[in-house]
Amino acid sequence: MRQNNEVTETSRSETVSRTQWQLIWRQFTKHRLALIGLVVLAVLYFIGVLFPEFFAPHSPNERFESYLPPQRIRFFDADGNFHLRPFVYGWQEELDMATWRTIYTPDETEIYPIQFFVQGTPYRLWGTFESGLRFMGVEEGGRLCLWGTDNLGRDVFSRTIYAMRISLTIGLVGVGISLLLGLTIGGISGLVGGAVDNAIQRFIEVIMSIPTIPLWMALAAAVPRQWSALQVYFAITIILSFVGWTGLARVVRSKFISLREMDFVMAAQGYNASQTTIISQHLVPNFLSYVFVNLTLAIPDMILAETALSFLGLGLRPPVVSLGVLLSRAQDLRTVSMHPWLLIPGAVVVIVVLAFNFVGDGLRDAADPYQLS
Amino acid sequence: MAVYILRRLVYLIPTVLLISIISFAVINAPPGDILSSQVQELEQQYGPAAQRQIEALRTRYGLDQPVYMRYFPWIVGIITRLDFGMSFSGAYGIEFRPVVDILAERLGYTVLISVLTLGFTWVAAIPIAVYSAAWQRSVFDYVFTFIAFVGRSMPNFLLALLLMYFVYTNFGWSLGGMFSSEYVGQPWSWGRFVDFLRNLVVPVIVIGTAGMATIVRVLRATMLDELGKDYVQTARAKGVPEWKVLWTHPVKVAILPIVSTIGWMLPMIFSGSVITAIVLNLPTIGLTLYTALRAQDMYLAGSCVLVFSVLTVIGTLISDIILAKIDPRIRYD
Repeated sequence: MRQNNEVTETSRSETVSRTQWQLIWRQFTKHRLALIGLVVLAVLYFIGVLFPEFFAPHSPNERFESYLPPQRIRFFDADGNFHLRPFVYGWQEELDMATWRTIYTPDETEIYPIQFFVQGTPYRLWGTFESGLRFMGVEEGGRLCLWGTDNLGRDVFSRTIYAMRISLTIGLVGVGISLLLGLTIGGISGLVGGAVDNAIQRFIEVIMSIPTIPLWMALAAAVPRQWSALQVYFAITIILSFVGWTGLARVVRSKFISLREMDFVMAAQGYNASQTTIISQHLVPNFLSYVFVNLTLAIPDMILAETALSFLGLGLRPPVVSLGVLLSRAQDLRTVSMHPWLLIPGAVVVIVVLAFNFVGDGLRDAADPYQLS
Repeated sequence: MAVYILRRLVYLIPTVLLISIISFAVINAPPGDILSSQVQELEQQYGPAAQRQIEALRTRYGLDQPVYMRYFPWIVGIITRLDFGMSFSGAYGIEFRPVVDILAERLGYTVLISVLTLGFTWVAAIPIAVYSAAWQRSVFDYVFTFIAFVGRSMPNFLLALLLMYFVYTNFGWSLGGMFSSEYVGQPWSWGRFVDFLRNLVVPVIVIGTAGMATIVRVLRATMLDELGKDYVQTARAKGVPEWKVLWTHPVKVAILPIVSTIGWMLPMIFSGSVITAIVLNLPTIGLTLYTALRAQDMYLAGSCVLVFSVLTVIGTLISDIILAKIDPRIRYD
């Protein structure tokens, strides 16, 4: 008897029964761009959210000369000799007699090889572990500012890496709150139905008809000036999710309504399953994949919103380092044309958002059982 | 049809009321009452003599009453007298100015930019989508898919800055504002008109890009659906030239749903126009909202949010009516 049982077990696994999630993953891996997006995101979150202190060569407020232009990592020196260890040139200063501005050009006589795993400015990892180990740096006397420096002489590269911790988590936290709101309100709307459903739907329509950026701006401007950085961070997150939950609530509602009429739900009701069981065992698992797709596509919107708000000076404010705060240094044409490297953090925003969009699209295709490919 | 329009108009009333409540909440959102910074200023300027003026202001805006009691005079004032309240900040030269005057000044330009953007989005999106669908997996299709993705991923202000930089380095035009400096305050002339158009190009492209990407994706998918249908094959079998096959039926079917996209396009355009207006210094309601928020001029800010939302609702209504009119499949009874 026992043996018999085992045989059926193995034969069942051979007839390849996969869970829904395995099927989705299988479809997802076929989507090449989505996979690339996933890898890019994993790398960026690892560097920027988990270990920015280690990967950034400097701490975010360390100061050098103002507006140093970016450095190129080189393998060949001016004489054409190949160096196995990459290096950067130092800068030489020149005063432009016409505009009285200091101009920095690469100094080909100063060669600073890039060292890896060096002791740099000490920091506290996650606020607890003291260390000075940095991923890369140059010897004493040299400066490693790969993406140049800003108006206060702070290294744009290091600041961008630090900024990712704020900018990349704000989307996740915001989406978490949206998820809570969307599931609850959408669920109530779909389950209760009738007048409640109608009222909630009208309310959602109204919120959706208010353009998001103006509403976000107005709410963000109401955040008191004297609040601490952490308070502002959470206030902005909550503001972003207050506007962002509507789409999710609609998905949840429509799924509840369509699933409610399904035979398996009727059957569950037939054998007296409790409402909680029906919801948690039968309804939620059936639309969870849609919810995930929706969330993945909502994260980039929140990241973009934070960037825009902070750029306008209405979101996070210095000394907090976020990608939007960094970009707010490049407000006008004059600054951009003289110091175009201040826009480099914008490229990081585009890459992150692009990656999320690819992953979201991949998930959407994978989660749709009606699409055969 | 008349009944349908009437019903939609009736639906409009609760929607707009709810929007006005949210806008009023915005006015009252900042800590402290809306007059406190103005009161401080008046006291500094005139000393105790300002007391009467302050009292008058407090009674005028009912600050001695709870929030919900203040809402009614405000909304009644808007409905009956178009009185949106007063702008308190000196951002417009004059210390106290009716909000409605400031809005009226800027409404035209805001609507112009939005309508132009909407037009640009469709005019650019339709041929691209049709081409991508007809020559699926061609180089153009891939190139455009890539551009669309990047367009969707780039913050509006970054695109505005980059285009400004590009235009400046390549054409030597320094964009910003409605007119170049030599035409400000001049009477209309051909040169001024050209200059005006020149300053419109970048904002329209910037605001339109994000929406365009989405429209192309939707349109391309619908086109691909249509192109797989039997009637297309029949047309081809009859020997109808390919361009005619494409443009006579499938495009018509695919374009119709695009009209309904106004509902989400308008909020997107307004959102985009706010940021673009700030970067490019365009005198739209978006810029007004921004300066008002920075100066904590809350009646002005709340009214801007209200105007944006009401414009969206009206735009959606118009698009629904047009759709009901042109799409024979929609029954509106």
